Amino acid sequence: MRYAIPALVMVGLLALLGVGLTLNPREVPSPLIGQPAPDFRLTTLDGRPFSVQDLRGKPALVNFWASWCAGCQVEHPLLLRLAREDGVAIFGMDYKDEPDAARQWLARHGNPYTEIVADPAGTAGLDWGVYGVPETFVLDAQGVIRYKHIGPVTEEAWRDQIRPLLAERAP
Amino acid sequence: MMRRRSLIAAFALLAATAAPALTPEQEARYQGLIDELRCLVCQNQTIADSDAPLAADLRAQVEAQILEGKSDAEIKHYLTARYGDFVLYRPPVKGTTVFLWAGPFVLLAGAALAALLFLRRRRAPAAAAAVDPDTLKKLLDEGRE
Repeated sequence: MRYAIPALVMVGLLALLGVGLTLNPREVPSPLIGQPAPDFRLTTLDGRPFSVQDLRGKPALVNFWASWCAGCQVEHPLLLRLAREDGVAIFGMDYKDEPDAARQWLARHGNPYTEIVADPAGTAGLDWGVYGVPETFVLDAQGVIRYKHIGPVTEEAWRDQIRPLLAERAP
Repeated sequence: MMRRRSLIAAFALLAATAAPALTPEQEARYQGLIDELRCLVCQNQTIADSDAPLAADLRAQVEAQILEGKSDAEIKHYLTARYGDFVLYRPPVKGTTVFLWAGPFVLLAGAALAALLFLRRRRAPAAAAAVDPDTLKKLLDEGRE
């Protein structure tokens, strides 16, 4: 009985620390979830104008990537598979990159993107709250951000988070 | 003539590339803001300390918005709308951050209360065990004989 209170305090502290240590501090929750995707006016890698309106119409992934980004190579095979086998629309935002480097990278690794938008100065990235590529947003058909994945998209993230959201509003 | 023209060209280039300078007052606001904004890439640094490209972008944003005449609150709102309260080293007091702000004081008050109770409980029996001076004197006298 003498040790009941210290023991309770200890258990509480351990529970708090246990939760705190398993959280990933790199995953900063985005305030943009549930908000319409921020506007931008950029051009595609081919030089055609592209704005946020062009992302609407069907649920899609918007993937911020760059040819200089190592994590992007990690997730690339999965993105390719999603585009080819599951028919997922993936828009690539080429973040702070050289168009030529981006084209070469895609020629080497394959191109999963429905459309590639050049964001050479990272201005769209800033408005979307991107702080390190790769980051992937799930948009519904109305262009509202439903989910943000930070870091390379994993099989688990696709299965548990992204696919259910895409299926939810798909026609 | 040639030298003077190139000198003028050099000055023109300098004027074109140099960003419009902040007034000392604006400079102080700029320093104050970048010292309490977190860099999201290297999370335990302010954007003033960080060399990350994103920190440079954010510093440039803060400077540009000060020059546009935005208030500190507007600039912070611009950043929290994109990155969340996490960018602020001093997050606002609200439902989700109450524990963060009040927690240390609650813990301190709890510890002080516990210490007080502990000390009081320990002092009480000690006072009761005080020796009666007459008995003590008698005991001492007996020992001397």
